[in-house]
Amino acid sequence: MEYAIEMLNITKEFPGIKANDQITLQVRQGEIHALLGENGAGKSTLMSILFGLYQPDEGMIKINGKEVQINDPNDANKYAIGMVHQHFKLVHNFTVLENIILGVEDTSMGFIKTADARKKVVALSEKYHLNVDPDAYIEDITVGMQQRVEILKMLFRDNDILIFDEPTAVLTPQEIDELMHIMKGLVKEGKSIIFITHKLNEIKAVADRCTILRKGKYIDTVDVASVSKEELSEKMVGRKVNFNVEKGEAHVGETVLKVENLTYHPKSGHKEVLKNISFEVKRGEIVCIAGIDGNGQSELVYALTGMVPTTSGHVYLNNEDITKMSIRHRSDHGMAHIPEDRHKHGLVLDYSLAENLILKSYYKPRFEKNGFIRFDEMNKYADYLIDKFDVRSGEGRKSIARGMSGGNQQKAIIAREVDSDSDLLIAVQPTRGLDVGAIEFIHSQLVAHRDENKAVLLVSLELDEVMNVSDRILVMYEGEIVANLDPKTIDVKELGLYMAGSKRGEGYE
Amino acid sequence: MNSFKNKVVSLFKKEGSKSVISSLVAIGMGLIFGLIIILIANPGDALSGFKLLLTGGFYKGAKSLGQVFYLAVPIMMTGLSVAFAFKCGEFNIGTPGQYIVGAFTAVFVALKCTFIPDSILWIFCILAAGLAGALWAVIPGVLKAFKNVNVVISCIMCNYIGMLLVIEGIKATIYNPTGAESYAVPASKAIPTFGLDVLFPESHINFGIVIAIGLCVLAYIIMNKTTFGYELKACGYNSDAAKYAGMNEKKCIILSMAIAGFFAGVGGAIAYMSGTGKTLPISEVLPNEGFNGIPVALLGFNNPIGVVFAALFIGYINVGGNYMQSLNIAIEVIDIIVAAIIYFSSFTLLIKMFLNKRKSKKVKIEEGGHE
Repeated sequence: MEYAIEMLNITKEFPGIKANDQITLQVRQGEIHALLGENGAGKSTLMSILFGLYQPDEGMIKINGKEVQINDPNDANKYAIGMVHQHFKLVHNFTVLENIILGVEDTSMGFIKTADARKKVVALSEKYHLNVDPDAYIEDITVGMQQRVEILKMLFRDNDILIFDEPTAVLTPQEIDELMHIMKGLVKEGKSIIFITHKLNEIKAVADRCTILRKGKYIDTVDVASVSKEELSEKMVGRKVNFNVEKGEAHVGETVLKVENLTYHPKSGHKEVLKNISFEVKRGEIVCIAGIDGNGQSELVYALTGMVPTTSGHVYLNNEDITKMSIRHRSDHGMAHIPEDRHKHGLVLDYSLAENLILKSYYKPRFEKNGFIRFDEMNKYADYLIDKFDVRSGEGRKSIARGMSGGNQQKAIIAREVDSDSDLLIAVQPTRGLDVGAIEFIHSQLVAHRDENKAVLLVSLELDEVMNVSDRILVMYEGEIVANLDPKTIDVKELGLYMAGSKRGEGYE
Repeated sequence: MNSFKNKVVSLFKKEGSKSVISSLVAIGMGLIFGLIIILIANPGDALSGFKLLLTGGFYKGAKSLGQVFYLAVPIMMTGLSVAFAFKCGEFNIGTPGQYIVGAFTAVFVALKCTFIPDSILWIFCILAAGLAGALWAVIPGVLKAFKNVNVVISCIMCNYIGMLLVIEGIKATIYNPTGAESYAVPASKAIPTFGLDVLFPESHINFGIVIAIGLCVLAYIIMNKTTFGYELKACGYNSDAAKYAGMNEKKCIILSMAIAGFFAGVGGAIAYMSGTGKTLPISEVLPNEGFNGIPVALLGFNNPIGVVFAALFIGYINVGGNYMQSLNIAIEVIDIIVAAIIYFSSFTLLIKMFLNKRKSKKVKIEEGGHE
């Protein structure tokens, strides 16, 4: 069997952790090969080795049967390996064409020649049905289109081995379908694809074979057609995973959060981002704000948590008007917040894990004495949370947050916020980018919080999460709440109509 | 054996030791550069001169060492000022202004507040100078906190405003027309030595060195042990996260600048209250001690304790440089060499970045891979 790529017995060690331990990955010519694993399983490290960003401690790489040495990304390009990174590497105020030729541009007498490149880009775009306008500016096109530009970039460089690093994380359901279609078209033309993901549905939909990693070790390579989703997830996590969120009936109690006619009009912007929003969240329920990204969900959370001043309207927490109160006041009076952007808001990345775990309670008597931090108490508490929430890192509580994997950073934030014993937990996309094991855990924490007779306000873009976790769904569209729905009486398709703005719920006409 | 090796490896990977190594490399590079200059300028006396430069701090025994301490104090304080603000995320390039404003205030209080007995006057002088420096640093802090004005720009402007105000202040109050400068603080009102002059005879050492080191230790404790320091550092590392956690980031910026200014102001007071007859000039020049705080802070990797050693090192080199004049090496050449060494110390960060390069590369990829 001819393999396009063989990575044999790759081992790579970092201080405190063996990221790759004797991993073998063999990708056939013309297949979509999924690379499946939890956060921190070693997928990224393995791909970084293939892309020349790291050198393996042991093992060898063969391309088309020949052993090669890949020292840097230029070498990778030489061997026709291209990668679509999860965060696109595009220049926003350049056109599509300019971005594609960036780094390999043809010049004559110091001037860039674009005519040939344009022909090639247009031809490629047609061949693979990418429908990309070469003269559009990146900042004007959708995220899905930007991803296609990244794909075109690889094709333009005649790459034969294409690595897609969690390509669907940023896409809408329709865009995901289209991407799958494009990927299938690419392999039909003889390209080989490595598809990094932890979404099992997508693997079942598009991949031919799948290699599973767990905690830096090679577990198995399987034919996707011959295994079930459950088997895949069991191999990935190492135990049976429950896809259904286990939860009993909601026992709804008194109102915790009440929002009245909330409006937010940013000083710099020209339009209202939040329009006349009113809703309530009661004890014992999980209310989910659903909607397509960018319809005002983030701003709503900023307004509720006090991170932006509201223009008009009122917010009540436990019957206290907190509209003008500080962030500290809100968190002291029972509001916990798992922020959307864990690097920008959730963590001080240069602080240790322990220091991050007391980020919102360092000033309380438990951790402060006469102005001094009680480090012994901090360490004790950090160890307790690390143990309770299974936060994994190289050096325990002393680990610098920056060096931790995304999933464990998120777990640390969740540990801090859930354990703060708040009446209202606001969780914004708490499972974004996490694997099924971590998602299961986080969902169970949200449900447990609800079952302690506390309120949860969940903002999510994942329809599965919206449908499975919530007790009530509020749909946001263009800064308004357009529907108040019961997940038991509605299906995903209908929810999609509300999210797209083509339908409005009762009482919201 | 293996565990010993691991320990050594982990020692080298520790953030602190990496800082020390990079500082030492920077100093080494500066010294080599200095040697090259002296070889070009004075080949004949080069080696003996260079030896003098390196051993000057001990050249005349305790006296030289005392001079090292004396010269280290002002830059220790301005270095601490830069380092403290830097930990809080602000680049305080306003130390020359804060330093000179503090110096003027100290001299003014010393000469004018005659109702305070001489024996305790110096305490008031130092406190007043610190407050003046703090006030001067608060201006850029407030501008930054409420109007988001770049601290570097407002600090530079405050430097010149401060210097010119001081010149006018001298002319109006404590002007000595015979020297076209301020009056000096008489030895009777100077900071006492508390016996340090016995340990280091004939040198200009005084209690200021103890105050300076004490303030560095105090700054270290504030930074690393208190909730206040925890807040300041959080604001410096990530002001968005600090805000999210309910900290008042405006307060953090203003207070950190105020404290930094206090340190620089105290530095000015100690320099002019040493009973050496040092006077405030009325020429429009910003004091070197202020700017030299920046390399001191960099060489001390912005750690208050590191600043102590960095300032002592630069004081040491300066003393050695002074003795080189005995070999008839032009003072300009000496100044170039000393400046080169100080200049190279600023590369500490660059060297540290180089050491960190591989590590940060790895972290970046891991972040990118998981987000």
